Amino acid sequence: MSLLELKNVSKIYGELKALDNVSIHVDQGEWVAIMGPSGSGKSTMMNIIGCMDKPSLGEVLLDGVDISKESSKHLTDIRRDKIGLIFQQFHMVNYLTAVENVMVSQYYHSMPDEEEALEALGRVGLRERARHLPSQLSGGEQQRVCVARALINHPELILADEPTGNLDEANENIVLDLFAQLHKEGTTLIVVTHDPEVAEAAQRTIVLEHGRVAREIINENFGK
Amino acid sequence: MNAFSLAIKNLIRKPGRTAALTLLTAFLALSVFGGSLVVSSLQRGLHSLESRLGADIIVLPASAQSKVSFEKLLLQGTTGAFYMDASALDAVREVEGVEIAAPQTFLASLKADCCAVKVQVIGMDQETDFVVQPWIAQSYSRSLGDMDVAVGCKVEADVGETLRIYDENCHVVARLAPTGTGLDTAVYCNMDTMNHLLAAAEQKGVSHKITSDSEETISAVYVKVKDGYDIDQVNSKLNGHVRKATAVRTRSMLTQVSDSLAGVSRTVSLLIAAVWVLALIILLIAFAMMAAERRREFAVLRLVGTSRRGLCRLVLTESALCSLAGGLIGIGAAAAVVFPFTTLIETQLGLPYLTPDARTMLLLGALALGVTVLVGALASAWAALRLSRTDPGATLREGA
Ligand SMILES: Nc1ncnc2c1ncn2[C@@H]1O[C@H](COP(=O)(O)OP(=O)(O)O)[C@@H](O)[C@H]1O
Ligand SMILES: [Mg+2]
Repeated sequence: MSLLELKNVSKIYGELKALDNVSIHVDQGEWVAIMGPSGSGKSTMMNIIGCMDKPSLGEVLLDGVDISKESSKHLTDIRRDKIGLIFQQFHMVNYLTAVENVMVSQYYHSMPDEEEALEALGRVGLRERARHLPSQLSGGEQQRVCVARALINHPELILADEPTGNLDEANENIVLDLFAQLHKEGTTLIVVTHDPEVAEAAQRTIVLEHGRVAREIINENFGK
Repeated sequence: MNAFSLAIKNLIRKPGRTAALTLLTAFLALSVFGGSLVVSSLQRGLHSLESRLGADIIVLPASAQSKVSFEKLLLQGTTGAFYMDASALDAVREVEGVEIAAPQTFLASLKADCCAVKVQVIGMDQETDFVVQPWIAQSYSRSLGDMDVAVGCKVEADVGETLRIYDENCHVVARLAPTGTGLDTAVYCNMDTMNHLLAAAEQKGVSHKITSDSEETISAVYVKVKDGYDIDQVNSKLNGHVRKATAVRTRSMLTQVSDSLAGVSRTVSLLIAAVWVLALIILLIAFAMMAAERRREFAVLRLVGTSRRGLCRLVLTESALCSLAGGLIGIGAAAAVVFPFTTLIETQLGLPYLTPDARTMLLLGALALGVTVLVGALASAWAALRLSRTDPGATLREGA
């Protein structure tokens, strides 16, 4: 069953077509990697799927709802209820501790539950750093907190834009292991990456070039 | 974890910013509270002067001169002598709504051999007087005997001394409490003494007679209006009924005082307004700086599902907490500045000055606090609105 479908989506900035008539679909529970050179429109696509931006043309169906037509208030609700976001930069609220950063996401979703937040930090191996402020955490650790925050509300879809781009090997492996676990639990994952190793962890890779889908690669070795 | 605790955490973990905002709002509250305290003290001073005059209405001889002369006597301490027939008193008493009518007779002493000092001598009727005697009672427990005088605080004569007026010896039995007005330069006696002095003055060629055959003359009638009667109405009835006399509302005589009071009030108001504008501008800048600094944080909050309204609420809560704390500090500081320096302020302004009662001060404090929080909220609302409008995706895309 298809969770996400982009139909002839374009994003146009003046002369520039950041996305040029892109059509893709992603099934429920699928793990997809997006690759492509810098400036090929990967982030633009992620922002549109993540309800942070609207396409200039085309339709974006998420769970059967065309999000390209929704009001921005409704988009906030959809994002909050269905999507977990992870970025290359470590976006933490700098005056909140690790566990508080996770709980903020809970608060705006449903109810803050510290125990659950601590468990999520446990999944990224940071339970004992829960009371630390971002300034007391390494970059890799901050990114893992962001991953914990993204999964705390059990989103259907996790969008990660170069999540391992700034991570060392050890942290990268922790994050990839977690993605594999989330995949097993049935979460749909879309991961933008430059790193072939990260792409190989996914079931399918979509390659963008100049705002268009250049090709798709099915990972025959997935799960082996 | 909710919007409130989020605000608290931000305030606590950004102590520098919190302190700056608090200080700024404290300054605002200080100026508003301090300024309004001074103004209301002056207003109370004016009211106390009104009650020192005591009467609702004062009836004076009809001549244009007498009112001006009376006001100068009151405010500048110059001497004045104007007279009307004593029958005016009976006419005043006939008017409906008049509760008490107390006559006074004025005599100006001379700067000559016959008199020790040039002063205004005011004779009052001890039976009916409700203005001078309560004042005398503050410093002298008995009533004035014949040839006794009570002197204003600025008259150069001590208790026990003799004051020579038209070659008559008067005994100074009391010095009166200061009022800050022309009344401080006058000398007070009873009606018998006054009649005696008038006769003595007559002999020296200083006549107070209106016509050669008039028996008794008076200078002013202090009128107290009965409860339930409109003072203005009684005033106009008096003007209609009492011949050759003008009834004037006491309040309108205090125009000079209230004018300079208005001047001071205006200055203080301008000062407060200037501080306001300044504080508002600084607050706007502070919040704009904060907005720039926190764009990423707000984008993150938006991305984890905070609505625009949620962000506005966060910023407003933070600013409300800051300005509430700042307001309380500022009001405390204003109290610490104004109260110990009351006397200095009083002499500097040269106007009657009386600190208001506790209830009024609480009210003023609450008002200042409300104004401070309001200004804080206004300044931050602008920043909050701007912040909540920024596109979270774009912000995070550009920010590394
Ligand atoms: N807000 C914007 N305004 C104008 N051009 C933009 C904007 N956002 C992205 N672009 C342009 O769109 C193209 C695609 O950008 P992006 O999706 O960020 O690429 P990628 O993530 O693949 O590196 C780039 O040429 C970029 O400069
Ligand atoms: Mg990108």
